[in-house]
Amino acid sequence: MDFLRQYKNALFLIAILLAQAIALAVQVRRPMDAAQPDGPSVRLIRLWAMTAVTPVERATHAVGSGAGHAWSEYIDLRHVRQQNKELQQQLARMRIEEAAISEDALEGRRLQAMLGFRESYVGSTVAAEVIGASGSEQTHMLTIDKGSRDGLRPDMAVITQNGVVGKLRDVFPATSEVLEINDPSSGAGVLLASTRIRAILRGTLTGRVQIGNLTADSRIQPGEQVLTSGGDQVYPRGLPVGVVESIAADPDHQPYTAIRVRPAVDLDRVEEVLVITGTQAEPTPAAQQDLADAAAQHAADLSAERLPGIHDDETPGAANGTAAATPPAANAPATVPHPLPTVHSDRFTSGSTPPASEMTPGAASSAPSSQGAPSSPQAQPQPGATK
Amino acid sequence: MMVTRSYMSRREVEQQSFSIPVTVLVPLGAVLLQVLLPRVFHGLAVLDLPFIVTLFFAISRRSPIAGTVTGAAIGLLQDVLTGQPIGVNGMAKSVIGYAGASLGSRIDVENTKTRALLAFGFSLLQSVLLYLIERRLLGIRAFHLMWLHELLRAAANTAVALPVFLLLDRAKHQE
Repeated sequence: MDFLRQYKNALFLIAILLAQAIALAVQVRRPMDAAQPDGPSVRLIRLWAMTAVTPVERATHAVGSGAGHAWSEYIDLRHVRQQNKELQQQLARMRIEEAAISEDALEGRRLQAMLGFRESYVGSTVAAEVIGASGSEQTHMLTIDKGSRDGLRPDMAVITQNGVVGKLRDVFPATSEVLEINDPSSGAGVLLASTRIRAILRGTLTGRVQIGNLTADSRIQPGEQVLTSGGDQVYPRGLPVGVVESIAADPDHQPYTAIRVRPAVDLDRVEEVLVITGTQAEPTPAAQQDLADAAAQHAADLSAERLPGIHDDETPGAANGTAAATPPAANAPATVPHPLPTVHSDRFTSGSTPPASEMTPGAASSAPSSQGAPSSPQAQPQPGATK
Repeated sequence: MMVTRSYMSRREVEQQSFSIPVTVLVPLGAVLLQVLLPRVFHGLAVLDLPFIVTLFFAISRRSPIAGTVTGAAIGLLQDVLTGQPIGVNGMAKSVIGYAGASLGSRIDVENTKTRALLAFGFSLLQSVLLYLIERRLLGIRAFHLMWLHELLRAAANTAVALPVFLLLDRAKHQE
């Protein structure tokens, strides 16, 4: 009893540590399930905690975003007109580029169909706002204001318009936890855009993103774009992940290299996200319509560019190339092409040979030979002359 | 005639307590702020407000058992909200609470310099504990201790701890 009394503080500490160590062991030993990353009891504890914290997070977010909205929408309006003008110009440029790119996309899809590839397109999304973060350097997670009531489930991909953010880890009724791609426990199948090398992307304990399962390859250079490969069954194929930032030997995992990737999304400043709730084998009708419009526009542009002489400049619509796509009417008069003006005339040039009525059979040609061509013993008839 | 002197330990003389609202709301507020502040500025994730509160309650109460319980509770709540396996911060902060209370009963923890040293030293101790838990217990081989970063974290925690300690001193009940 004296022993217990003397060392009661230390024994109490040991008991507390032991209990927590056992709890940790239970959590770690439990087989990981993608749909249920935590056991039922742990999940219940997290649910209670999140339920208690979420109202505070929502209120804080509402106050913060309200103040930010008031500032940005009503007070800080400097340079807005100039920005608007620049954005409109950028939009016009992007429309032209989109028309050019759509043709490549169509060709790519045709090739994929020929090879039997199965592409998955983003079918449906749910927009959500970020209301909290993990607040720790060891974990990189976000809390969003949508949950299972909105149709979200664990392992759904989370993106922004710039690229991949992460995937859903814990989904509660009204909120969800997003595991960012720079979390140490995160992983994604990726594809290097130009070299077409497949790899696995992982987060690090320092909050960076890197590829660590590739050996040294001189083809991989900084600046190469990294896309999702679709092989992990979480992220649809082709979403931007980031850009290769640096390549170095990995001292912990020889002979592999540590390819550091700069994420396409600023993961520390994510405000709104899209959760991909469904994928489909074909693009959405709206996307298909956009592609068809862009392809038609591109075809018209190509025709206008490649056949400039066939159009009558006075024909309405010729300027924008629409006439090129219109077939000629059946009873339209045949168009006779006119030869281009001669740059260097010679004796074969139209108009340089005297008419046949002035020629004498057996006589030498009186026409001077230009360009040093040998004189013909016999006069040549005028091209196109009828007898 | 010999004068009888009764011995009272420093702990018995200066044990301090806090009201229930302070005991509950301050740790809760610290954990909540820890979750919310990095949303505003990501660099604030380097701070560990729950650690600061754990240390303050431990050295103020000077009871190892109370310090252990406070540290375990705050750490477990932090684990729940940060998505880590439950017990990582719980174990680390249990030790911090115990050690802080044990040390608090032996030295003068009202002095600013002592407080700064305590905050700096215990922050480093927590980093080492977290390293051991992650690396040895959880088997995360990739977990490395980056000393420069941990020194910066300790400095940042110390800089924030001193004004927070002064603020929380006002909530003490002398016994």
